[in-house]
Amino acid sequence: MTPLDQDEVRRRQRSRAAVMAVLLGIFVVLMFAITIAKMTINR
Amino acid sequence: MNTATLKSETSLPADWRDLLALTKPRVMTLVVFTGLCGLLAAPAPIHPVLAFTAVLCIALGAGAAAALNMWYEADLDALMKRTAARPLPAGRMDRQSALHFGIGLGVFSVLLMGVATNWLAAAVLAFSILFYVLVYTVWLKRRTAQNIVVGGAAGAFPPVIGWAAVTGDVTLLPLLLFTLIFLWTPPHFWALSLFVRSDYAAAGVPMLPVVSGAKVTRQQIALYTLPMAAAAVAPWPLGLAGAVYGIAAAALSALFILLSLQVLANPATEPSGMKPEKRLFAYSILYLFAVFGALVLDRWLLA
Repeated sequence: MTPLDQDEVRRRQRSRAAVMAVLLGIFVVLMFAITIAKMTINR
Repeated sequence: MNTATLKSETSLPADWRDLLALTKPRVMTLVVFTGLCGLLAAPAPIHPVLAFTAVLCIALGAGAAAALNMWYEADLDALMKRTAARPLPAGRMDRQSALHFGIGLGVFSVLLMGVATNWLAAAVLAFSILFYVLVYTVWLKRRTAQNIVVGGAAGAFPPVIGWAAVTGDVTLLPLLLFTLIFLWTPPHFWALSLFVRSDYAAAGVPMLPVVSGAKVTRQQIALYTLPMAAAAVAPWPLGLAGAVYGIAAAALSALFILLSLQVLANPATEPSGMKPEKRLFAYSILYLFAVFGALVLDRWLLA
């Protein structure tokens, strides 16, 4: 693998990690909202 | 599966944009819209957060099915101009990543649907994903000209899922909406396959225009349009929707029939002479948006 390829691998890994972090954050918020919504309905 | 036609697979990790492209976001819009309309037409309230989650799950499930479809059909996609630039045939990612992504997304969407709404909606979602991948993609698509007729059922599930997410059951109206999309799919896809016939022929996909010719395909389009129009209007006389929906569905269906008759009258065999087919294809998308939009408008106006 050339240094250029290695740079590209790092770039892709960084961008995928950033997207995954954002998605995980959204998932946490969504699960919290679902829990609150279900508690509201059951009440 | 023939992998000789694929460009050599990359050893680089897939770019997130290519993973997104696997989900066919443009196709997803119609799936999401019909699912949302099924949800909004249901005769019960649903918490906005749960409604959002249900629609999100329908979108993710559709994306998973699309990714698995692209994983299985990478060799076919490489042979067709329309699909050759997709991430797998273009060699921008390896097939195993697409498979893992599709399975992971599918399982996640079903589990989230079950947890957020109910397990009937989750089961129908799971069934629709499996139907699209196993029945349409793996079994029928390469074997029979009726592929799109049976396979069309996969795209007809979203309003049923949306309805089930709210009510926890499936009644006559969501089944009629299912029937409408089921009968709408053949004219919609056959109109497209008429003007991209050479693509399908080159890839050896037995679409109706490839197997039976343009004339038979045009007759079938016109034939399917009639029961489709009946299914679209049916909720009105059955008392499941009001006059707003009934009149809109009747008018939109009448125009669909008119355009299908123009297709029937067109003798062209080359794509350059297939304006009526292109018009019908474009209108068919608008038609489904408009009919489902009218249903929601009707239910909310009556409410």
